[in-house]
Amino acid sequence: MSLFKQINFAATLLLAAGLGFSDAQAHEIKLGDLVIHHPWSRQSPMAADVAAGFMTITNNGKEDDRLVKATSEVSKLVQVHDMKMVGDVMKMVELPDGLVIPAGATVKLKPKGLHLMFMGLERQVVEGEEFTGTLTFEKAGSVTVEYEVAAPGGDMSDMH
Amino acid sequence: MKYVRVFAVAAVAGAVALGAVAWFGAGLLHNSPPSAVFEIGGPFVLASSKGGVVDSKLLQGKPYAVFFGFTHCPEVCPTTLNDMSNSLVALGDAAKDFRVFFITVDPARDTVETMKDYVSNFDPRIDALVPTEEQLKQLVSDFRVYYAKVPTSDGGYTMDHTATTFLFDRGGKLVGTLAYDEAEDARQAKLKRLLGG
Repeated sequence: MSLFKQINFAATLLLAAGLGFSDAQAHEIKLGDLVIHHPWSRQSPMAADVAAGFMTITNNGKEDDRLVKATSEVSKLVQVHDMKMVGDVMKMVELPDGLVIPAGATVKLKPKGLHLMFMGLERQVVEGEEFTGTLTFEKAGSVTVEYEVAAPGGDMSDMH
Repeated sequence: MKYVRVFAVAAVAGAVALGAVAWFGAGLLHNSPPSAVFEIGGPFVLASSKGGVVDSKLLQGKPYAVFFGFTHCPEVCPTTLNDMSNSLVALGDAAKDFRVFFITVDPARDTVETMKDYVSNFDPRIDALVPTEEQLKQLVSDFRVYYAKVPTSDGGYTMDHTATTFLFDRGGKLVGTLAYDEAEDARQAKLKRLLGG
């Protein structure tokens, strides 16, 4: 076994152990003063170019923080969008400056409202799988999260 | 003298009537309510994801539903199509002749091919239609729907659009609508009524 292979093997073991560990905690992630609950997504229709990401973020700190960047392994880019119904019209707006998580507050990203928009999907997001992404906050820094994928039309907003 | 009085009364009545028409008309223009006064819908011949075109004239005798959306739509469109698929399955044979048309408001990105793949995720009674920009303008006017491109920071865009599903009876007349996220039993009751009538 070459050194490279050994390192590779060790890395795989570590990765497996790491994944096992993070799975148990996957759905409550602490990052500084922030607690991120249950990131999830929904199965995207085949041929769709977009999918949405949802989660609940609580800021236990004394200062506001801001989600300034997000990435995902399934899409070219991720933006923060807000959706609202105005009468019978669905209105969509990007929050180009990110999403403020006020001190002491909880912000919910959920269907029919604030969500991460995975744009330029590299592949279909399928029910039952998990995919990873990163979230970067102005103060708390960056963290890798796993999104659990619900069925089309499914809703995991109340899971923590 | 008598004639003068009659004329004056007529003039006043005329002025009042004109005023009423102007006021009512202005009210309609400003609020543009989805009033029963308006006929919603209109004839269309549009490219279909099933190949060829769908001509609304050939839908006589068949109830159908129309929903406007686009494939770069994270939630409303897949949810609506998913709900409709579930309804169609639940309705079973009663919805045998029922047709559902998903019309894109984003023909620049949604080609017939894209729409074909997209609707393959849903019940086969759902057909995707792709208008040209010209046809889309006509549809928007006929169905009194709204859509707008909303630019995003990456240089792309997303879209606002009316999220209502329009229900047409066997005679091609609008008989009801389904609102986005309307309760399942209410939707189902409306569809049953449509298909039973």
